[in-house]
Amino acid sequence: MSAPIKTPAADTLPRPAGLAGLASDWASDQRTFKNVSWGKAMMWIFLLSDTFVFGCFLLAYMSARMSTTVPWPNPSEVFALEIAGAHVPLILIAIMTFVLISSSGTMAMAVNCGYRRDRRKTALLMLVTALFGATFVGMQAFEWSKLIAEGVRPWGNPWGAAQFGSSFFMITGFHGTHVTFGVIFLLIIARKVWRGDFDTERPGFFTSRKGRYEIVEITGLYWHFVDLVWVFIFAFFYLW
Amino acid sequence: MVDVRSGIGEPLPPPEVEDVELYHPHSWWTRYVFSQDAKIIAIQYATTAIAIGMVALVLSWLMRLQLGFPGTFDFIDADAYYQFITMHGMIMVIYLLTALFLGGFGNYLIPLMVGARDMVFPYANMLSYWIYLLAVLVLVASFFAPGGPTGAGWTLYPPQAVLSGTPGGKDWGIILMLASLIIFIIGFTMGGLNYVVTVLQGRARGMTLMRLPLTVWGIFTATVMALLAFPALFVACVMMLFDRLLGTSFFMPAIVEMGEQLQHGGGSPILFQHLFWFFGHPEVYIVALPAFGIVSDLISTHARKNIFGYRMMVWAIVIIGGLSFIVWAHHMYVSGMNPYFGFFFATTTLIIAVPTAIKVYNWVLTLWRGNIHLTLPMLFALGFIVTFVNGGLTGLFLGNVVVDVPLSDTMFVVAHFHMVMGVAPIMVIFGAIYHWYPKITGRMLNEALGQIHFWVTFLGAYLIFFPMHYVGLVGVPRRYYELGEMAFVQESVHTLNAFISVMALIVGAAQIVFLFNLAWSLRHGREAGGNPWRATTLEWQTPETPPPHGNWGRELPVVYRWAYDYSVPGAAEDFIPQNQPTPGRMSHEAVS
Repeated sequence: MSAPIKTPAADTLPRPAGLAGLASDWASDQRTFKNVSWGKAMMWIFLLSDTFVFGCFLLAYMSARMSTTVPWPNPSEVFALEIAGAHVPLILIAIMTFVLISSSGTMAMAVNCGYRRDRRKTALLMLVTALFGATFVGMQAFEWSKLIAEGVRPWGNPWGAAQFGSSFFMITGFHGTHVTFGVIFLLIIARKVWRGDFDTERPGFFTSRKGRYEIVEITGLYWHFVDLVWVFIFAFFYLW
Repeated sequence: MVDVRSGIGEPLPPPEVEDVELYHPHSWWTRYVFSQDAKIIAIQYATTAIAIGMVALVLSWLMRLQLGFPGTFDFIDADAYYQFITMHGMIMVIYLLTALFLGGFGNYLIPLMVGARDMVFPYANMLSYWIYLLAVLVLVASFFAPGGPTGAGWTLYPPQAVLSGTPGGKDWGIILMLASLIIFIIGFTMGGLNYVVTVLQGRARGMTLMRLPLTVWGIFTATVMALLAFPALFVACVMMLFDRLLGTSFFMPAIVEMGEQLQHGGGSPILFQHLFWFFGHPEVYIVALPAFGIVSDLISTHARKNIFGYRMMVWAIVIIGGLSFIVWAHHMYVSGMNPYFGFFFATTTLIIAVPTAIKVYNWVLTLWRGNIHLTLPMLFALGFIVTFVNGGLTGLFLGNVVVDVPLSDTMFVVAHFHMVMGVAPIMVIFGAIYHWYPKITGRMLNEALGQIHFWVTFLGAYLIFFPMHYVGLVGVPRRYYELGEMAFVQESVHTLNAFISVMALIVGAAQIVFLFNLAWSLRHGREAGGNPWRATTLEWQTPETPPPHGNWGRELPVVYRWAYDYSVPGAAEDFIPQNQPTPGRMSHEAVS
């Protein structure tokens, strides 16, 4: 992976003003996005593609929910917990959301430390992020088992439209898989940071390329994306 | 606006990116098998795609045998016929055309044409091929699975795709098909990200986007579209797999099968159609745009003339790419959706004709008063233009709701899309192989064999598909195993069907000439030299032919001009390579 070299404004070619300038910026020589590395560009484009995947999942779910002729189970009731005798709707989901959003915060701190080349802090913060992520997946596993124990299956449930269970398992399962992959990436990168791979320019195991601290930020992009997707799932599946 | 021809004489931009570290292979295995070199990966992709394409070709023969001579061949029963249709369609569209244009030509041409050493992520690029191969193997496995491959039609419409009346519906067929598609999409994404980032961020000094050859523009835009369209197919496949394996009801309405009420209920088959065609229509242009791009370069090079209206060509590619995402429901006029949708989608569909027509005019105007060399690539390029116009015109019929309704599900539709996305892109693939084979191998393909191949394929394709339009117009439905005694089917239809089948066998056999040519010329072809077509683009300016790993030797190329400086008045030669500085500026600028 090649390091981005800053292009001082004085070195760039003269370019036209206004709209023509906009076009020529986009078309400009060597790189369209100046000072964006290959890895970061790739992650952004991948996330765009992944957005379409989640978008299709959510649209499919919404069209099922809107067109069903049987009642849709009430999410506030389904996802309620009895805590100390009190009936609290959506409490687990609220905690899960809180945990995941907190993990975005620690991730952002890790990125900051990474650019300051603070190996220990970066690795620790990434570990904390991974821990939050694992907690999230754990709570999701709890939620799944609770629902399964109550009789929710992909092909039916005791309260109404069968698509409730199928959409729930499919969408949260797909998102949970993303979080799990994210946790694995975080652990791998955290290990590399801890070991100082990016200071010693140790070649990667598979690609035999030297990594850079920027990979922390790229992992962060993925992590924030997974977090953002959850916000939409939360809004459209649980709050609707 | 960016003047595509200006920039000559401007100061040379400084390099923005360090030269890349390449993985240097140490053994035969990492050099030729698990290779990270985009050019080797391209050849692997192309070979696999052509091999599986031959399977699909044989399947089309079998279908034509049944249609032309019904009842003659015992081994083709109705189930087998539907399996042939399904596998022929899916293999040709996804595993041959998409893989060959993007995985094959994309991998070979993008790094060379933009002046890069390799794709930006060679390791992911290598994985992309091996995952594609896995997808192909899973697909092939369905031929040997109990119950055989799926016979749901290449569109895999539920509910019939997962019911027991359909071959493979309750066996392995549909499962393996869906699994294979999912694997294909994962593999493609790895490659696709590479192609896009290489074009955007990995170009040579001086290579602005508006100096890119149109080939790269076509492949690039198609890849972006594929990255946005394949997700819909991915989601549709996952959901249908769940319907089949877990008993969910995403696409399955309440349904009675063999007198028995199934467990499904409340799903929407139309939802699948929307998801499928949200992928399926862009897919047409994912195949067509690389063909548009490549054919522009073939025409310009072999007519020794700059492409007419380069900037309009670029915009047309981009606009077609964008529009193709909002036309999908023109495949669904008879699905029972709201008629106002039909109105909207008919309008957008017909609007696409505008940028497409711009492209066709520009190709013709490029030829106008050009110094046309009727080489094999040029012949195929001309064949493409004619075929594409033909197929495009019948597209206008099918894009209009009122005309489409009676024509829906007739052989007219089959003839239309075979012309426009079967024969036309295949013409470009052949032209491109004749054009770039000398760069890939260092030898020319045999001219005489190529002429036989072209004329039989070109004329044969018309003898197959022109009569098929007529057969469709009189109302013969598609996907019918046999016509039997239908009052509206005249005797002439049966005669034509037999004729079409004979032609299909001949055209199919002509491809053997092509394959033989590929193999024979590898050893015995005429030595090509580095730039046999006297072309301007960077891939012809490599220090060695075939280009080695890393493409350019020690120095990366520097680009001084657009890709179409042919027959420039006053120039010494009738072409000026993109990396040649203006005479007079050559002395010190070239080495700076």
